[in-house]
Amino acid sequence: MTRDRRKWPLYEVFIRGKRGLNHVHVGSLHAADDRMALTHARDLYTRRNEGVSIWVVRSDAITASTPDEKDPFFAPSGDKVYRHPTFYDIPEDVPHI
Amino acid sequence: MSNVEVENDAQHHAQHHAQSGTGERRLQAHFDRTISHNQRIEPRDWMPEGYRKTLIRQIAQHAHSEIIGMQPEGEWITRAPSLRRKAILFAKVQDEAGHGLYLYSAAETLGADRADLTERLIEGRQKYSSIFNYPTLNFADVGVIGWFVDGAAICNQVPLCRSSYGPYARAMVRICKEESFHQRQGYELLMTMMRGTEAQRQMVQDAVDRWWWPSLMMFGPPDSESSHTVQSMAWRIKLHTNDELRQRFVDMTVPQAEKLGVVLPDPQLRWNNERGHHDFSTPDWSELKRVIDGDGPCNAQRMARRRAAHEEGAWVREAAGAYAAKQAAHEAGKKRQEGPAG
Repeated sequence: MTRDRRKWPLYEVFIRGKRGLNHVHVGSLHAADDRMALTHARDLYTRRNEGVSIWVVRSDAITASTPDEKDPFFAPSGDKVYRHPTFYDIPEDVPHI
Repeated sequence: MSNVEVENDAQHHAQHHAQSGTGERRLQAHFDRTISHNQRIEPRDWMPEGYRKTLIRQIAQHAHSEIIGMQPEGEWITRAPSLRRKAILFAKVQDEAGHGLYLYSAAETLGADRADLTERLIEGRQKYSSIFNYPTLNFADVGVIGWFVDGAAICNQVPLCRSSYGPYARAMVRICKEESFHQRQGYELLMTMMRGTEAQRQMVQDAVDRWWWPSLMMFGPPDSESSHTVQSMAWRIKLHTNDELRQRFVDMTVPQAEKLGVVLPDPQLRWNNERGHHDFSTPDWSELKRVIDGDGPCNAQRMARRRAAHEEGAWVREAAGAYAAKQAAHEAGKKRQEGPAG
């Protein structure tokens, strides 16, 4: 924490639109501390009842995968077609499957 | 979505370079393919420097416009004719602030620094929309700004919801949803005034006369003089040319003016059956150039106000920082007292 406005940390904001839905990332904002981040998030991202719950998390606390979607990081799931139901041929006349 | 991502991106980029001399070309090809498949570029993807720079400039200019755009209408909050109009105007001006912040947030995903963007605006190194350098002389101006200026903004922004840069496109979706209220409250305000006295009707016509041409200029110079259009369209950060959007705005507004009972101040304005569009006169481009170059009726006033707001808010930012530091120290002290067992 610092007195310099320039160093107010960046927070990422996640909103649960309504009960039953996941929190979804909506954007970011700067705030001096966690509580201010939460009230700013309310003022900025829920002016029209867009949310019933807000998470804020400092951006520098997020660990992310590398950028490219085709990154080898995701390779383990690429060739496992048998993980999908459509991999299996079932006769048309077998019901409820 | 964050600074940390931008840093990771740079590292990733560097690794790629280290791995192969053809890295840059491969990355460029991947980028081009993403754009041509109409997919989104996301913050951590590799992108050409020109794309990043142009987007930062475009998004920042857009953000600055939203922030400066609070001023012309904000002046009327204390003088709104009823509590209903005051509450509406408050909400609208708050929305403009919100739109500015969504956009600054999008610019930051490209590695721009928010405080630096504010500085650039205050020092006049980055521009904002020419339209906000015109004065709001009577309350009908509030209605006409909603109708024309927000209407023009909608023409501009709806296509940008499909812009190639993910965070920008998503900010546009939020903004467009809210912009619709802005336009409708303006038109409703004007309808109310048109049902009033003769003097009120004259106020509406006067505001229409003054705002029509500046609104057409909002779309920027004609295509023949627009220097960035070709590259920006190839990058899909601009989806229609200035002239296309201007035409769309005119076609959209003419029937609304008829319904309202006002005359748009252009004797050449008429439907062209062959083109399937309205013909209209050429705006005074020398005026647009003058206003962009800083010589509009309110440029100095708008900048002075923005600068003052920033300076007058310094103590608030400082106090919040001091409070946060104190709380953090307090927490740290408590943890120390509790000791390793705690």
